[in-house]
Amino acid sequence: MTMAFKNEDSERADTPILEVHELTIGLPSGSDRSSAVQKVSFSVGRGEIVCLVGESGSGKSVIAQSVMGLLPKSLPVRGGRILLQGEDITHAPQARLRELRATRMSMIFQEPMTALNPVMTCGDQIDEVLAEHTSLSASERRAKVRAIIGEVLLPDPDRIIASYPHQLSGGQRQRIVIAMALVLDPVLLIADEPTTALDVTTQAQILRLILELQKNHGTGVLFITHDFGVVAEVANRVAVLRLGDLVEIGPRDDVLKRPRHDYTRMLMSAVPKLEVVERAEVPGAPVVLEVAGLDKTYFSKRWLGADRSVVAATDVNFSIRRGRTLGIVGESGSGKSTVARCIVRLIDPTGGSILLSGDDIATQSRSALQAVRKRVQIVFQDPYRSLNPRRTVAEAMIEGPMNFGLGRTEALARARNLIELVRMPASSLDRYPHQFSGGQRQRICIARALAMEPELLVADEAVSALDVSVQAQVLTLLADIRERLNLAMLFITHDLRVAAQVCDDVAVMSKGRMVEYGTATQVFTAPRHDYTRALFDAAPGRGFDFGVAA
Amino acid sequence: MFAFLARRLAATIPVLVVVAVLVFLMLRLTPGDPAAVLAGDAASPDQIAQIREGLGLDKSIPEQFVIWAGRMLHGDLGRSYYYKTEVTTLVAQRLEPTLSLTVVTIIVAVLIAVPLGVLAAWRFGGWLDRLLMGFSVMGFSVPVFVLAYLLIWGVSLKLGWLPVQGYKRIADGLGPWFTHLMLPAITLSVVYIALIARVTRAAVLETLGEDYIRTARAKGLPESKVLMRHALANAAVPIATVIGIGIALLIGGVVVTESVYAIPGLGRLTVDAVLARDFPTIQGVILFFSLIYVVINLLVDLSYVFFDPRIRY
Amino acid sequence: MASSAPPVPAPASGTAAPDFEALSVESATVVVQPSLWQRVQRNGSVRLGGAVLLLLVVIAIAAPWLGTVDPSLFDPASRDLLPGKSGEITTLEGETIEHTFRMGSDSFGRDIYSRVVYGTRVSLLVGLFTALVAVSFGTLLGLMAGYIRWLDGILMRVMDGLMSIPAILIAIALVAMWRGSLLTVVIAIAIPEIPRVTRLVRSLVLTIREEPYVEAAISLGTPTWKIMLRHILPNTVAPLIVQGTFICASGILVEAILSFLGVGLPPDIPTWGNVMAEGRSQFNEFPHNIFFPGIFLAVTVLAVNILGDGLRDTLDPKMAKRV
Repeated sequence: MTMAFKNEDSERADTPILEVHELTIGLPSGSDRSSAVQKVSFSVGRGEIVCLVGESGSGKSVIAQSVMGLLPKSLPVRGGRILLQGEDITHAPQARLRELRATRMSMIFQEPMTALNPVMTCGDQIDEVLAEHTSLSASERRAKVRAIIGEVLLPDPDRIIASYPHQLSGGQRQRIVIAMALVLDPVLLIADEPTTALDVTTQAQILRLILELQKNHGTGVLFITHDFGVVAEVANRVAVLRLGDLVEIGPRDDVLKRPRHDYTRMLMSAVPKLEVVERAEVPGAPVVLEVAGLDKTYFSKRWLGADRSVVAATDVNFSIRRGRTLGIVGESGSGKSTVARCIVRLIDPTGGSILLSGDDIATQSRSALQAVRKRVQIVFQDPYRSLNPRRTVAEAMIEGPMNFGLGRTEALARARNLIELVRMPASSLDRYPHQFSGGQRQRICIARALAMEPELLVADEAVSALDVSVQAQVLTLLADIRERLNLAMLFITHDLRVAAQVCDDVAVMSKGRMVEYGTATQVFTAPRHDYTRALFDAAPGRGFDFGVAA
Repeated sequence: MFAFLARRLAATIPVLVVVAVLVFLMLRLTPGDPAAVLAGDAASPDQIAQIREGLGLDKSIPEQFVIWAGRMLHGDLGRSYYYKTEVTTLVAQRLEPTLSLTVVTIIVAVLIAVPLGVLAAWRFGGWLDRLLMGFSVMGFSVPVFVLAYLLIWGVSLKLGWLPVQGYKRIADGLGPWFTHLMLPAITLSVVYIALIARVTRAAVLETLGEDYIRTARAKGLPESKVLMRHALANAAVPIATVIGIGIALLIGGVVVTESVYAIPGLGRLTVDAVLARDFPTIQGVILFFSLIYVVINLLVDLSYVFFDPRIRY
Repeated sequence: MASSAPPVPAPASGTAAPDFEALSVESATVVVQPSLWQRVQRNGSVRLGGAVLLLLVVIAIAAPWLGTVDPSLFDPASRDLLPGKSGEITTLEGETIEHTFRMGSDSFGRDIYSRVVYGTRVSLLVGLFTALVAVSFGTLLGLMAGYIRWLDGILMRVMDGLMSIPAILIAIALVAMWRGSLLTVVIAIAIPEIPRVTRLVRSLVLTIREEPYVEAAISLGTPTWKIMLRHILPNTVAPLIVQGTFICASGILVEAILSFLGVGLPPDIPTWGNVMAEGRSQFNEFPHNIFFPGIFLAVTVLAVNILGDGLRDTLDPKMAKRV
């Protein structure tokens, strides 16, 4: 199913719905810079979708919240104007802003799991909007609520109205949030990363829904995101932000295919392509990891009620040769992380075998595992929690080797070499984690893993929490390391683009089962399983070439 | 929901068992011989031995526990050495004053503390918030009996508005009952208010930081609705929890308050029993208080069913 | 460009490969924060509570030189003097000297001022030792509960049971059974405080164990005892300091209550509670017996609580959520 590319006649001569002139918003003292955004100007026309893109600290969320008047007092508007349909709302009183919210401008946020009040029914929460802003009777409101629930494509409206948020899935909750936002037909919808927390397939559905509704109601949309695939999918115009400055703005194709600013060009080259980068296979490389029939089921005993068992992964089979990278791709709940953790023996498999260069580590007891641990190492997803905040980088890096008998001086020498290998200065060794950024911490974690001289490196969503430019650097680093050390790598990810860029072989998991397994080229060009096909179809912006002039 | 209720009820039983064991052990760990104490200084070894047998003190500790527990479950809390009556009778006699005091205190405290806590959270960082937090810390810090004496000195002795000490039964008239209870209830409620207000404020502050509050504001709802329907409704569980847990503080305060205000309740009974080394009474009263505490907290936990739909479904 | 971030080269440059390092936003967004110790020192509550507490410690140590006499001295001729009056007092050697009873005298003719000042020693000691005992035992039990699964269930049931008996009652009962002395009072007050510390440490152990850096240590082959020592314990120190401070305040308060009720330290040891207990019967005419020690008590507990609040705000802000 293809998503229609946007109508190019969005540059009509109507009054823009939203105009932002030279907006400057300050930061509290003690921050790394004086303003969150400075002198940012852009506009959103009727029926137009404008994407605000940027990495961390770009100020895109701050701008969105300032339009709605939801900024905390610690972030004051220091200069500029915000005009909603010609009305200056920059310093409007709270009463006026409350009148405008939900009636003329609405906002939806990133986390659907926490965006709804857990103790109120979904129906009541939508009804609240109507009760507050209109004088409709209860039955009229109920009719409207049913109508909007139908419009957001939720089946069985009466059941939805009576249900509580915890009874709905993430995608369903986001539809309720959209329903609340659009029930009064506002002229402006601000969407702050509305699909970032959702699975790829759910994301595709929600994006489609937003586009449909936007088209039917003629709403102008200010869409905040960091995902360029999504930008390619939905934007009419794009504005690129960097640390509070608007560096580039223009029609989508201009900005994404023919970027002019250095920063935008850098970003475009950093976005991984959805095409496989093929590498020559070295014949005769030994098999480092062989997994057969891997099984992990969680049992919970309850002395009241039935025992429950949850199958996290079942019948998983694959192998990795030296120098090759296998990617396991899947959505949340697919079992990919479970497989990774079983291989590193952070959790114990309930069945199957894991052969590491011939040794079965699936069944070994915890104490017997100690000897094996150094041969498999893992890098985790969250760089901010992967290092003990109270220990220096050096201490973190020598901990492993010293566990296996290496003396302190040799361990430190090895640490020094590795820190340079991951392109960080030697002075980093004496510092504490909080003095480093996310990308730098991730490099430290990679160095820490390599200090053990493992045969297999497992990367569990290792780049998912990083900005796109930092992600590109870390991926390049991993590729470099792979070349130099001829490592075998197991790369867990939900991001198809990343998988295409780094993986030689790919396995696709869904609901605990491996549904597809082959070389990257095979899987990406000729997927066999329906699920894999659905996954590719849902990938936003596929077929779009970033940074390549048409 | 029923699984939750059943599990919660069942979880109470081990706790009660542990309480019984602890109370039993507490008093058996004493040096000295309760039989000798009971017999008095002039008793002969034979008489002491007789009393020991009578009290069952010659059996092994686990046996003693089983016998004691068996009697407990039948409602027999033993016989007081000092007062020479059944402990259950004593408890029944002293129940009304303590019950009056605690119930009045709880009602007054909750009605004052919860709104104060909500206000402080709403006006976070403002003068009201800081004032309230200041009073809260003082409420924790000024000992109950010092406060009691302050109030007595100021209100009763100097101003003569309220009676100094004593307790009047409800049967003797609601007016005197109430005036005699006012000072003690105020004294006792201070620390309870301090605790509840503080936790209410913290709970509401935390809910105000949640995403759904941001959604509510983005819908254009007025702050009052955001506070009541969204924040407070979600803070209800931790607030109810602290009201239950604070009862322990209340019971401690009751002991002291009754002592200062000469109220003939269970708190006074405890102190008198301890001074007289009257083990059965001490045991009985502590068991009674603990049981009340466990039951109240059980009720609080069960009330979550009303506050949190995630438990219902 | 008005930002203070590293300047970005102007647009429309050539086709050279983009310099990721220079253009990256990452290094620009790392904020150097003041260290934990600095934050603690700067906090107003810590300063206020700490200063008052320091003053009290000085008073306690310097008691003999602050115009006091031995607190057990009495003189029947100087009974029930009002504050500020002077009278006679008989020393241990038998001499009679003139003495100003700054806070008045009690019904035995003892100097309240001296008894209050010396009482500071007892209160501070009881508070400190109670906190130390409760925190030590609680931490040990909490670590065991967090790490040894089969022990966890039993231990937590026992803790729940202990918490179900109101603390004062336990303390009263224990002191009554064991005869009052500094040791028994400290243990009796500390025992009811242990469950809360145990729960705290246990929950800390359980959450820290889930942290990726602990999982990393496991996969690096670090043995369990080293993980506990190196990764878990250091991250429990801050919340324990906060908890310990509040236990200290509670300890001082409970000791005073016990003494006041007559079930605490023996009457010859001057504690604030004892002084107030002796003055109870004459409160109507001679309130100074109760008010002076009461003020000292309130101020001390207040100082410790304020200190605790400040420490909690800087060291363990999440504590407010844990009931």
